[in-house]
Amino acid sequence: MSSFWSDNLPKLGQMFAGIAIFVAVLSAVFFIAGKANGKKQRPIAILVFLGPALLLLLFGLLGPAIRTFVLSFKGSASHTWVGFKNYQWLFTDESMRIVLRNTVFWILFTPIITTGLGLLLAILLDRMRRESVAKSLIFMPMAISFVGASIVWQFVYKYANPNQPQVGLMSSIAKHLGFEPTNWLLTQPLNTFLLMIIFVWSQTGFAMVILSAAIKNVPTDVMEASALDGATGWRLFRGVTFPMVRSTFIVVLATMVVATLKLFDIVRASTGGNFGTSVLANEMYSEVFIRYDAGRGSAMAIVLFLLVFPVLIYNIYNLRRERSIK
Amino acid sequence: MSLLTRNKAPKLAEHNAGRKLFGSRGATITVWIIAILWTVPTLGLFATSFRPKAEISATGWWNIFLHFHLTLGNYSAIFSTGTVSGISNGIMPYVINSFVITIPAVIFPITIATMAAYCLAWVKFRGSDALFYGIFALQIVPIQVALVPLLNLFTGGVHVGTVTVVPALHIAGTFMGIWLPHTMFALPLAIYLLHNFISSLPRDLMEAANVDGASHFMVFRRIVLPLSVPAIAAFTIFQFLWVWNDLLVALTFTGGTEGINPLNAKLAGLAGTWGSHWELLTSSAFVTIVVPLIVFFSLQRYFVRGLLAGSVK
Repeated sequence: MSSFWSDNLPKLGQMFAGIAIFVAVLSAVFFIAGKANGKKQRPIAILVFLGPALLLLLFGLLGPAIRTFVLSFKGSASHTWVGFKNYQWLFTDESMRIVLRNTVFWILFTPIITTGLGLLLAILLDRMRRESVAKSLIFMPMAISFVGASIVWQFVYKYANPNQPQVGLMSSIAKHLGFEPTNWLLTQPLNTFLLMIIFVWSQTGFAMVILSAAIKNVPTDVMEASALDGATGWRLFRGVTFPMVRSTFIVVLATMVVATLKLFDIVRASTGGNFGTSVLANEMYSEVFIRYDAGRGSAMAIVLFLLVFPVLIYNIYNLRRERSIK
Repeated sequence: MSLLTRNKAPKLAEHNAGRKLFGSRGATITVWIIAILWTVPTLGLFATSFRPKAEISATGWWNIFLHFHLTLGNYSAIFSTGTVSGISNGIMPYVINSFVITIPAVIFPITIATMAAYCLAWVKFRGSDALFYGIFALQIVPIQVALVPLLNLFTGGVHVGTVTVVPALHIAGTFMGIWLPHTMFALPLAIYLLHNFISSLPRDLMEAANVDGASHFMVFRRIVLPLSVPAIAAFTIFQFLWVWNDLLVALTFTGGTEGINPLNAKLAGLAGTWGSHWELLTSSAFVTIVVPLIVFFSLQRYFVRGLLAGSVK
């Protein structure tokens, strides 16, 4: 017991010290900078307000991103230049083919399923009189970590030998329906889709909540006018509801594409990337921190970046349009 | 506005007529079916964490409804301070690590981002718009592209040729070494969301303060901070969930140092080593899950409102 506290109290001390120092430094800077007057006031304010953020972004994201780009043209220990060899390996190696295929599967299926399901739920919620509990239940998995989610789903996908009781929900249901359950997570390419279900389960609530807010913002008179014109059901949805929430739908879809590409935890915690389930983001981690090849790992990171690049361009285009409307 | 008109009683009948894409009852049933489907997996974990070890591998968790036999033994095992199946002091040290990592990693970026957002929104200067777009763009850059060089920065510094630009920080494997990356990676989204909110504060208010001779620092402390509480609360939840639930940053920047390993990363490791100890794994997983759930449900209304500030009109 005493060793527990002697191990852990200092950690809490570090936390409070860290926060106290941060607040103290900030207050001191504010106090001193606040004394400035006249012409110096504006530039000093800009420096104090924006300086820390820019410095952190420069050393934490921009600089490292450029460095990764450089590293991707170097060998495993970053000593020699190898030109495009890492990229060539990435796109031609036999083992990478499965990784790239899985990554493509993930991008093709998960964002659209998640966002589509989210939209369906948002529309249904709009029909309901009382929505809060069901909505919260569907939203809840979003607060669960992907590692936690993977363990939660172990109890669905778990498989035991045929002579033993099936304690996994899916195996048990399969058995009751008369199918022979198999080791689902080892079966390719089914396992990749099973991992996708975990993502969909986790993120649908997010899509639903954002789209639900967008639908609530559709002016009632528009809906009423179209209803008077006789629009119902599918036609009302296609002609009125969807166009009104289209921009939000695309924003959510883009967010899901990016989240899918960065996805690492589900694969890591469920299968460790084995049994043909690896994706680019997971393989990148393995390459750098397990096989110690910073060159190949960096090349993968750059490919990831290039894949999200169109989303980035689209987002900036959208933001500029929005701001010009304001 | 549209929200208000919709809630007026006399309009309700027309409103329902106009919105009848699906019948109200059909919608309710469908949503509840999905909600139950969505909850069953978590319920399975929750139920399993209260079952005795022998029963977990003998029968499916749904048998608790037929044969009610629960125990708190799994929880007392993981919270005991003795050695539990290979980890000393149970999971409590990792719970503490998670808090020690998460709380500063929420406070730091929010403070820095609120300052930057105020500056970009109200202390405009030449290039401030371009800067805002640049920061916005960084939002979706996968953090994978920053991991290796950032780790090198912590262990070896930055050198251009033989000139040392930044000396080695020697913070790899310390709490500072994980607060810092979380702060860095959080900034783009934080600045963007807070900027949306802060730039929509009333212009008259800001101008009145300027006329009264208040400095930017006073305006920030007395006006911007108090009025931005909803957006700050929203981002607090977002960042808390992200840091608490993070695996990639933790794996990379703790470098396997057990003393600072957060619960979620430990859990990912235990999924392998505790493969046969489902009673310990499920109860630990539930502890990992329950903290963000509490944070989330207690602040849920801010989450949606703050996230949507400026994005959905």
